[in-house]
Amino acid sequence: MNTAVVTGIGVTAPTGLGTDAYWAATTAGSTAIRPVDRFDAGSYPARLAGVITDFDERALLPGRLIPQTDRITQFALVATQWALTDAGLDPSAHSDFDLGVVTAASAGGFEYGQRELQKLYTEGPQAVSAYMSFSWFYAVNTGQLSIRHGLRGPAAAVVTDGAGGLDALGHARRQIRQGTPAVLSGGMESAMCPMGLVSQLPGGELSTVDDPARAYRPFADDATGYVPGEGGAILLVEDAAAARRRGAPRIHGEIAGYASTFDARPGSGREPGLARAAALALDDADVLPDDVDVVFADAAGTLAGDQVEAQVLAKLFGPRGVPVTAPKTGTGRLNSGAGALDVVTALLAIRDGVIPPTVNVERVGRRYEIDLVLGEARRTPVRTALVLARGKGGFNAAVVVRAAT
Amino acid sequence: MFTIEDLTRVMRECAGEDDGVSLDGDIATVPFDDLGYDSLALLETASRIEREYGVPLPDGVLADVRTPADFVRLVNEQSAVAA
Repeated sequence: MNTAVVTGIGVTAPTGLGTDAYWAATTAGSTAIRPVDRFDAGSYPARLAGVITDFDERALLPGRLIPQTDRITQFALVATQWALTDAGLDPSAHSDFDLGVVTAASAGGFEYGQRELQKLYTEGPQAVSAYMSFSWFYAVNTGQLSIRHGLRGPAAAVVTDGAGGLDALGHARRQIRQGTPAVLSGGMESAMCPMGLVSQLPGGELSTVDDPARAYRPFADDATGYVPGEGGAILLVEDAAAARRRGAPRIHGEIAGYASTFDARPGSGREPGLARAAALALDDADVLPDDVDVVFADAAGTLAGDQVEAQVLAKLFGPRGVPVTAPKTGTGRLNSGAGALDVVTALLAIRDGVIPPTVNVERVGRRYEIDLVLGEARRTPVRTALVLARGKGGFNAAVVVRAAT
Repeated sequence: MFTIEDLTRVMRECAGEDDGVSLDGDIATVPFDDLGYDSLALLETASRIEREYGVPLPDGVLADVRTPADFVRLVNEQSAVAA
């Protein structure tokens, strides 16, 4: 069976634009959680987010693409450019049908959508941009990437809330195994508008704490929910043999295992879907729990969510049996961007032998039997990493990332 | 009288301008495809002109518009019809 490897990485994260900036900030334990600045959120119960502040779309993208794209698409277009450069792959030098694209989104282009909907109810239908027809749709990134780079291989958009980034990579791997030489894949998110923030309030899991250092502290005894963030990552997933043939400059690592599960009905008493996802992904990668050097946790930041995840990890690996980390404590939860960004972080951890820290959590909660990497990065050889992600409504996904052989 | 300068201003605002292309030169007879504008860009432009200049440009009238000169002619014709 074809082996799916990552040959290109593009990152747009609150803590850094570009792989090097992101990795330097992440290993240093930097945080980008601050008051939402794209609108006045002063009167909202939740006011913090992981915000990207230095993204200059006019310098990074052709002028024609700006009026027709939401921020999630601008991030995706730029990250893709970076991923292709990193991979040394020029799509125009390949057959259209040899390159696919699979992206995840959970909200779509919310900021764009809200602006045009406001025009609709204040100025009438004629005032709404024709580009609204696709710009706020959650499949838009797959479409725009396909158009810009002439990709006519397998294309898909995955919508599984926070599990989406991993599910997209899992689907990309499936396409590689079925014979497509390369697939762009990942997830992007941004909902830094009133509609985006308000739509998350009824879930009751948004942190309403105002102190950026205290608002999102997964696995703490007094965790208060999550802080949302924007951005994500796009990766070039490639068939290992095809990458070798074209002389790819580097193989970041292998997407060695993947599984997704759906939770049973609440109160059913059945084991959490996350446990099955993690076990199935290890099985799929043909690795044992002992082989795993680090787990990138979903890190819900809620009592219920943290409890389930900590139990799953303690059961699978034994109490404090494996280092666990959640660098997303510095970026906020990027929803479908999170899994893709965590896979990137896992690949960089493998490259450098460094596990980046979980920030803002001083002490692991008494009830959690996990070895959470706190405070500062831990230097240790990393060969195999397990990345977990969950989405609202019962989605679970797990990816095993392994060093290139 | 609607001019090519009016058209390029609207297009810049609502559909953007490609880096490799200048709308300032003699573009009257350059096909929109070569200027980097697709059918949706023309639709968006038509909608802006309708609102800003009060010229009706109903669905379908854009079908034969290939160049900026075609577009300007259409707007002026429709303007005369509406007047």
